[in-house]
Amino acid sequence: MSVSVQIKNINKKFEKLEALKDITLSIPPGELFGFIGPDGAGKTTLFRLITSLLHADKGSITVDGLDSKTDYKKIRNITGYMPGRFSLYYDLTVEENINFYASIFKTSLRENYHLIKDVYEQIEPFKKRRAGDLSGGMKQKPALSCALIHKPELLILDEPTTGVDAVSRKEFWELLKKMQKTGITILVSTPYMDEASLCDRVALMQKGILMAVDTPSNIVDGYNGDLWQISSSDMHAIVADLTGIDSRVEKVFRFGEKVHVTTRNVNNKELNDIIEGILDPARHKNILLESAKPQIEDCFLALMCEKG
Amino acid sequence: MWPFIKKEFFHIFRDFRSMLILFGMPVAQVLLFGFAITTDIKDVSIAILDNSKDNVSREISNKLVSSGYFILNSNLSSNNEIEAAFKRGDIKEVVVFENDFAQKLQREGVANIQLIIDASEPNTANMINAYTSGIINSYSLELMKKQGKIPISIITEPKMLYNSGLRSVFMFVPGVITILLMLVSAMMTSISITREKEVGTMEAILVSPLKPIQIILGKVAPYVLLSFINLIVILLLSAFVFDMPIRGSIVLLLVESILFIVMALALGILISSVSKSQQQAMLLSMFALLLPTILLSGFIFPIENMPYALQLVSHVMPSKWFIIIVKNIMLKGVGIGYFWKETLILLAMTVFFILMSVKKFKTRLE
Repeated sequence: MSVSVQIKNINKKFEKLEALKDITLSIPPGELFGFIGPDGAGKTTLFRLITSLLHADKGSITVDGLDSKTDYKKIRNITGYMPGRFSLYYDLTVEENINFYASIFKTSLRENYHLIKDVYEQIEPFKKRRAGDLSGGMKQKPALSCALIHKPELLILDEPTTGVDAVSRKEFWELLKKMQKTGITILVSTPYMDEASLCDRVALMQKGILMAVDTPSNIVDGYNGDLWQISSSDMHAIVADLTGIDSRVEKVFRFGEKVHVTTRNVNNKELNDIIEGILDPARHKNILLESAKPQIEDCFLALMCEKG
Repeated sequence: MWPFIKKEFFHIFRDFRSMLILFGMPVAQVLLFGFAITTDIKDVSIAILDNSKDNVSREISNKLVSSGYFILNSNLSSNNEIEAAFKRGDIKEVVVFENDFAQKLQREGVANIQLIIDASEPNTANMINAYTSGIINSYSLELMKKQGKIPISIITEPKMLYNSGLRSVFMFVPGVITILLMLVSAMMTSISITREKEVGTMEAILVSPLKPIQIILGKVAPYVLLSFINLIVILLLSAFVFDMPIRGSIVLLLVESILFIVMALALGILISSVSKSQQQAMLLSMFALLLPTILLSGFIFPIENMPYALQLVSHVMPSKWFIIIVKNIMLKGVGIGYFWKETLILLAMTVFFILMSVKKFKTRLE
């Protein structure tokens, strides 16, 4: 029922820009796989290669054993794709949009209603509304319905939660989890690091390179060093003040309202002394130091420093 | 494919601007062009140069002046006065009877009247010519009846001053048909295809199992229909509001028009495949299609009067050939035998553009 995706040594160049550099990746059937990375990481390009909208310069991609260059028509039949840009017709109603996408895959909303029931139920009250009049979070649901309507075995979602409010994002991920239970393979990209933990496995991407591919917990567990979070009264200056003074304090990053630093073989007491030594007590008051559990974002930033 | 066409109709009917271009413009253009040229002539000042001064020439002069269309401004006595009379600007036409007018008519059955007309306003000039010739012709018929057997003819020789390349007043309908079909077919399709690219829906459609030819047909089919409806509207308007004749076969006219519509659609698809945004598609259609159609097709400016280089350029304008075909059918009322060459050229262009556009249409994003 569901399909695997094999990506081998993929390279893709746009004029001067190397969008993807030697990507190799294997995604087993039924997995919810996340591509995490900022804009320009190459996520969209990779998706377009898998959906055969673009050709790779080098390497091969197979979906369920079908080559994306030669068998692209078969791949397009079993793939549901939700492009990053809003892909509904804004002047058609929600219902008309879904009917249209159903028809170009030679099916109908009535026939495959059960497939999209979970998503569609949430938007059914608005089915007569034009897609262009829906709010940001609301738009993604009909778009997802359109991608699902022809019973795809591989679902590819390009940044489905970008620009969507927190509540809608949560709902959307719950839907994906439900979807996954039907046996479909799902590839999803997102710039939000906090969504990584919702995937079975994730690939951390940056400038066309896969920096790490693993389960979210393995990535977090594999964090190299100890992580601490620090705060003081002068959060504006603290990153600059901590950086590059003492070699034992590595990787200083702003993380929400705190600053994250990484150390190796330094205990709480020692670090406390180091920090107090570095920070000017006249400006930094109420210095707070705590041990912190690494998150995907920490791992991402750490990998970014190491690899480029 | 039907749902695709249905969807396309939704786009058109829900967009106010599309509707305006599609249905408001043909009506507005035909009415504008129509009323702009149907300025009826009345009380036109003329001068008469009667070199013969016999009873026939006098009778014709009286007919002209008493018709209500013309007012006698002055009687001239020699050719030299003609130019001066025009330069004073108070007359529009000089009617010149040749020497021994009545005698020639009696003896040879043929006599000449020269009409010298101020054509700085081409449409008015044409009208004056038509009215004067009409009055003279009806007089000669009367004369024939009165005198019995001998066939006589009075030949009027119009001479247009100040604008020798004068065109017929009925030229506007073929031109408007051409412009509108071009506009609706090429511009509207190219815009609607690039819109899908811009919004991102093209990406989603391309990923579907639809073949490129299905996508293209789905996009253009509604415009074929709408262009056709437009054509009918223009023809009806011109026939009933302006008494524009369709002397030839209507079926042939419609078939040729469909050929032209298909050609324009192929051009539209071609434009959409080379432009990245709706604006670009619109500008390309405007400058690459619309302006040449108006300026180089012979619609407004006669091709014979153009510099040789531009005449060459006009040969590659599909609209030029189409206008020739339409004129032939509507005004001359001749059959395909007289314009099979133009039809063949148009057909060749159509095939060429279709092949190009299918080849250029991308199933991928690059």
